[in-house]
Amino acid sequence: MGKEVMQNIDGISIYPIISLVLFFVVFSVIMYFTVTLKKDKADHLSSLPLENDDRYEN
Amino acid sequence: MSGQIEKFSYDNRISRMFLYATLLWGAVGLLVGVLIAFQLYIPALNFDLPYTTFGRLRPLHTNAVIFAFVGNAIFAGVYYSLQRLLKARMFNDMLSKLHFWGWQLIIVCAALTLFLGISTGKEYAELEWPIDIMVALVWVIFGVNMIGTMVKRREKHLYVAIWFYLATFVTVAILHIVNSFEIPVNLFKSYSWYAGVQDAMVQWWYGHNAVAFFLTTPFLGLMYYFVPKAANRPVYSYRLSIVHFWALIFIYIWAGPHHLLYSAVPDWAQTLGVVFSLMLIAPSWGGMINGLLTMRGAWDRVRNDAILKFFVVALTAYGMATFEGPMHSLKTVNAFTHFTDWIPAHVHIGTLGWNGMMIFAIFYWMAPRLTKNGKLFSMKLANTHFWIATLGMILWSVAMYWAGTAQGLMWKQWDANGLLQHSFIDTVIAIVPMYLVRAIGGTLYLLGFFIFIYNILKTLGSAQAVHEEEAEAPALVLNNENHSKLSGYLRHRILEKKPLALTFWAAVAILVGTLIEMVPTFLVKSNVPTIASVQPYTPLELEGRDIYIREGCNSCHSQLIRPFRTETERYGEYSKAGEFVYDHPFLWGSKRTGPDLAREGGLRDDAWHFRHMKRPNSIYDDAYDNPPSIMPAYPWLITDDLDVSNTPDKIRAMQTLGVPYAEGYDANAVGDLQEQAAGIANNIEQLLSGTGEDVVADEIKNKEIIALIAYLQRLGTDISKDTNN
Repeated sequence: MGKEVMQNIDGISIYPIISLVLFFVVFSVIMYFTVTLKKDKADHLSSLPLENDDRYEN
Repeated sequence: MSGQIEKFSYDNRISRMFLYATLLWGAVGLLVGVLIAFQLYIPALNFDLPYTTFGRLRPLHTNAVIFAFVGNAIFAGVYYSLQRLLKARMFNDMLSKLHFWGWQLIIVCAALTLFLGISTGKEYAELEWPIDIMVALVWVIFGVNMIGTMVKRREKHLYVAIWFYLATFVTVAILHIVNSFEIPVNLFKSYSWYAGVQDAMVQWWYGHNAVAFFLTTPFLGLMYYFVPKAANRPVYSYRLSIVHFWALIFIYIWAGPHHLLYSAVPDWAQTLGVVFSLMLIAPSWGGMINGLLTMRGAWDRVRNDAILKFFVVALTAYGMATFEGPMHSLKTVNAFTHFTDWIPAHVHIGTLGWNGMMIFAIFYWMAPRLTKNGKLFSMKLANTHFWIATLGMILWSVAMYWAGTAQGLMWKQWDANGLLQHSFIDTVIAIVPMYLVRAIGGTLYLLGFFIFIYNILKTLGSAQAVHEEEAEAPALVLNNENHSKLSGYLRHRILEKKPLALTFWAAVAILVGTLIEMVPTFLVKSNVPTIASVQPYTPLELEGRDIYIREGCNSCHSQLIRPFRTETERYGEYSKAGEFVYDHPFLWGSKRTGPDLAREGGLRDDAWHFRHMKRPNSIYDDAYDNPPSIMPAYPWLITDDLDVSNTPDKIRAMQTLGVPYAEGYDANAVGDLQEQAAGIANNIEQLLSGTGEDVVADEIKNKEIIALIAYLQRLGTDISKDTNN
């Protein structure tokens, strides 16, 4: 039943295409930013939680 | 270049307050959970009281655990880590306090209203509209406080944990507001703005993403802060965490329709939900691996350190749950797991395994740091807690998976003649022993929780509190900043830019999936082939439906027959989208502890329902040695008068939502209601006369039970009237 309903909507086939394109674009952008992240910045960022030096030891 | 060293203090008091609240509500939520687990094994524990039946306690349990226990724990951890990651005190102490007390007020209101059966009927969104508004306000306070802190930060970069906190804030706000559109009838009653298929789509878009953005993203943020802290090592891969974040929030939002496979929701939306659910395994496991590998080089400490033990099990449970989720989304797996105990098993691996164990680890680490002494009261007790909780988890998870699989397969079993092998009640009897094991497992987990409370309270109570933790950090100096020229305003704008940009892009990431899923779904509204014979409920049926919602019948009974031969054989014709157009809200349910009711109408006579509600086992007396039904009794429905004072308002509210009652029908509604009720009451009197359970029609015609029977007898009957079309 669902299929017939959806076929009645004009231009429904565009939705899967939009989804695929968006998916591809978003991942390309994320990968670009990730790969071009400088090592010293990444190191600085990952050290942030450890910066407030702990007063205590368990 | 760095600025002048500034002295300030971290607000530990707010974390401590949320921590206490977590202990309190955690105990309440888990206690109710254990009670309802035992109710499945010993129905007498429903106590024949409205306030203590499974249908009302189940939403109380889920809301208490998700929003009170896990919610308070999130805030405790966020307030602790956010200040330190930004090297700044929270933006505004008053907002922190308003957030805390507002949230506790919401929890108290939620507990009271759910006890009283005041519920919207939408899973994990049961709270009525005035509380919904309070939630929205308090949530905004939280967001303003968080973003405000980011603006006055002393650390230029925003660590990935903060991204997760921001995404949590923005997405939960959107989910909550969109799903809560409802038309109030009065202060305690409203109807969902959406109906049927649309309501289902919105609800599971909400429900699935409440799991994603309330039970997952805040904990991933907490993981990225507290796991490095406890292991004393930086996160395994910062790059992976970036991919993890964007991939997770982008993909998660699409996956909602996997809760509606084989339902009356369009195939296209179902398939989209499946595809994105499968993809979701990549970022989920990426995050899990990133967390586990952060502990590299610290594995020797796992042997003695309960904190790391809890983290390891939490992350493993996260991995299991996020593997299982995509598997459930495969239609073939979903076909025999959906509606069974497999679903609550999956959810409990998430909440007790992932969220619970994370909370234990974080609190065991954090509580000592809120004191001068800085030592956990007893690591030995923490280890004991760990083993008891883990053993409890193994017990209930094995029992629930076993029960779910066994029942799912039994529902689908044919005999040699091509008939269904098992009646529904036989499949229940088969798994009742598993319900006992499950309840014992839950009791162990609760026992562990009491040890946890004791250990944390001792830790906090035996040392002087540090409410204000002194700290110092250089003021943030912006690139090319010329102190004399850069105005305060401009400086403010630059600092605002990053958190706001992040909030914006996170919102875009989740809105894209939302819109693409929702737009076609709402276009369907004008395209659903309306079934001419599907008519609005009569006033009596509408009141009966509201009783059904009040008592939480949808906790245990679905109203959705899937298009399988095993289901059409058992329950009748499969459910069609056009049948639900007047269902505000939809009541498809997600679990069949009892049988599906989508075509209950006309299956049995009115007297059967009357006797069954009074004493569910009365219908089995001759056939079984032991009473087999685990359904609670509803004696108060037979003694309590139906309140018809709101009936005209309800009709008007429905008219506002587009339900085609005739103009001015509200004035006649009560008259029609009484007429229909008298008919049913007379029918019951006749059917029961001479059976020893005689009733007088005049005495029962005004009772709530009559409305409920009217509703049940209407269910699914409209399409069979469709003989002329």
